[in-house]
Amino acid sequence: MTESSANKLLNGDACHRTANGRKASKNGFVKNHCLFQQPHKYRRPREKNQNVTHNSSLYKKPFSESFEETPLLVAVLTYMGYGILTIFGYLRDFLRHWNIEKCHVARERDEQKDFVPLYQDFENFYTRNLYMRIRDNWNRPICSVPGAKMDLVERVSHDYNWTFEHTGKVVKDVINMGSYNYLGFAENTGTCADAAIEATQAYGVGVGSTRCEMGNLDIHEEMEQLVARFLGVESSMAFGMGFATNSMNIPALTGKGCLILSDELNHASLVLGARLSASTIRVFKHNNMQSLEKLLRDAIVHGQPRTHRPWKKILIVVEGIYSMEGSIVRLPEIIALKKRYKAYLYLDEAHSIGALGPNGRGVVDYFGLDPKDVDIMMGTFTKSFGAAGGYIGGKKELIDYLRRHSHSALYATSMSPPVAQQIITSMKIIMGEDGTTLGADRLRQLSENTTYFRRKLREMGFIIYGNDDSPVVPMMLYMPAKIGAFGREMLKRNIGTVVVGFPATPIIESRARFCVSAAHTRETLNTALEAISEVGDLLQLKYSRREQPLPSLGWMSEESLLQD
Amino acid sequence: MICEPACRMNFKNLREYLAWLYYQYLLITGIYVLEPWEKSIFNSILFSAIAMVIYTSYVFVPIHVRLALEFFSGIFGGQPESTMALMN
Repeated sequence: MTESSANKLLNGDACHRTANGRKASKNGFVKNHCLFQQPHKYRRPREKNQNVTHNSSLYKKPFSESFEETPLLVAVLTYMGYGILTIFGYLRDFLRHWNIEKCHVARERDEQKDFVPLYQDFENFYTRNLYMRIRDNWNRPICSVPGAKMDLVERVSHDYNWTFEHTGKVVKDVINMGSYNYLGFAENTGTCADAAIEATQAYGVGVGSTRCEMGNLDIHEEMEQLVARFLGVESSMAFGMGFATNSMNIPALTGKGCLILSDELNHASLVLGARLSASTIRVFKHNNMQSLEKLLRDAIVHGQPRTHRPWKKILIVVEGIYSMEGSIVRLPEIIALKKRYKAYLYLDEAHSIGALGPNGRGVVDYFGLDPKDVDIMMGTFTKSFGAAGGYIGGKKELIDYLRRHSHSALYATSMSPPVAQQIITSMKIIMGEDGTTLGADRLRQLSENTTYFRRKLREMGFIIYGNDDSPVVPMMLYMPAKIGAFGREMLKRNIGTVVVGFPATPIIESRARFCVSAAHTRETLNTALEAISEVGDLLQLKYSRREQPLPSLGWMSEESLLQD
Repeated sequence: MICEPACRMNFKNLREYLAWLYYQYLLITGIYVLEPWEKSIFNSILFSAIAMVIYTSYVFVPIHVRLALEFFSGIFGGQPESTMALMN
């Protein structure tokens, strides 16, 4: 028995997540057979190590991702800003507690005095005293189709965002940089909308039953066959809700005695699913293959805690595009690891399906891999297809099993027919089965827009996270006041953006997230970029300290800069 | 950090530039999101602290500098004249 297994007996599971990497490296004899060894000890000081492709032989094209490090001064000022806001938060809480100021939020009643406090943890404090002050940037009501441009309902607050009232006016033609409308299928005219209207006339909107009772329509069967063909898998099934696809199907797949290896930045639905499944969960560093391999080796060498029986199943759970970082999963390396260590792979393509790859078939297509290498292909129809719901694709046995065991297949009402029709029509357009090149045009437009938008922002000197090919573009804001100021200033210039802060990101890494769409024209993007640059100067957001490439060398030089 | 990119902003006059500087101060300290009365509390505390620092340095620094100079000149300087007078 090694030292690490003795530790495990004493400490159980809790110590695993944090100390695992260290333990695995102590265990000398397994160390030398690693598939992916640490390529070099030296790291460039300003980059977090993502720029170097570690196993370039596995990639067909350059894989360049960058996460420029936070400048020290900015980090210090950000913490200072949070410090000041926290002090004022305590002041306001004090005033509320002594009834000097009216309390607008839920609080304990007198009868609950001396019970366990309900509203005292950090997240409550944050919501009450920091989020509330800039709440006008979120949950804005929209009153048109969220295409490239949209209309917003104007609202005002007279009591510092505790309540809002609608003025009755509409803010027209706001450029939409926030919707996950990657291929621009969120439309109220055109082929998809017409087909959906026809489906509504034929089937109605409500189904009123689950798939296994009276809710299984021919349109659902047609859609599932089409999805399977689109993904290149044997079989597939669709669910009415994307979040539930993850959170209800992972518990059907794994259980007690299984191990889930989950990326640290996985979406809440995957985290919830993994927790509901009652399997052991271990978390690896974001997109870090060394960390994943260490966990896999440790899992195989030591087996389950206490009993040391081998794990029943090991499931690696990753996402295609991470929606907050804009990074793309290192799929070729993960598939190599999964094959070597005989684990299963669950790939959540919520953002990547339709948005990546020459044929719009997600990360598998992007890397030119075989879809059969991924055991469970999950994705949503909410984003690129402009519909709602999610799917799971894979081997026929897997899908047949899920049809009988998944909660969201057994208990959820089946998908509304117009939504299913929207999926069928948009998917056929992407596949080119409608006899036009509209789908291919949209894919090309999206990839051009992505490249253009990312390159321009980077040239302006903003810190942009993520992969060069990802249509999710996070731009760092850092300071708490700038989250609010950025959203407001952009809306003043008629551009709708999404700003993100804690708890969706680490506390100092607040950001604005743009989602590029195929519906954006070059003029729209230029207008947006001009406004972003102007606001960037006004708010001092151009933090990047990366040397700019010479303009004459253009795009190529930037690529080589990132590769060195 | 503030001055270098400020040249990109094209200010029409000094007033506009000062307004922009105040805006930066609001954003960096985070008091941009506070309500006006909280802003004034923060500003008055900060400015009274700065004023006190300036006042104390105006009042006490010259005395301390003089005392320090006397002390060091006592160590490193030559014999004071008064001791010479005692000899005579």
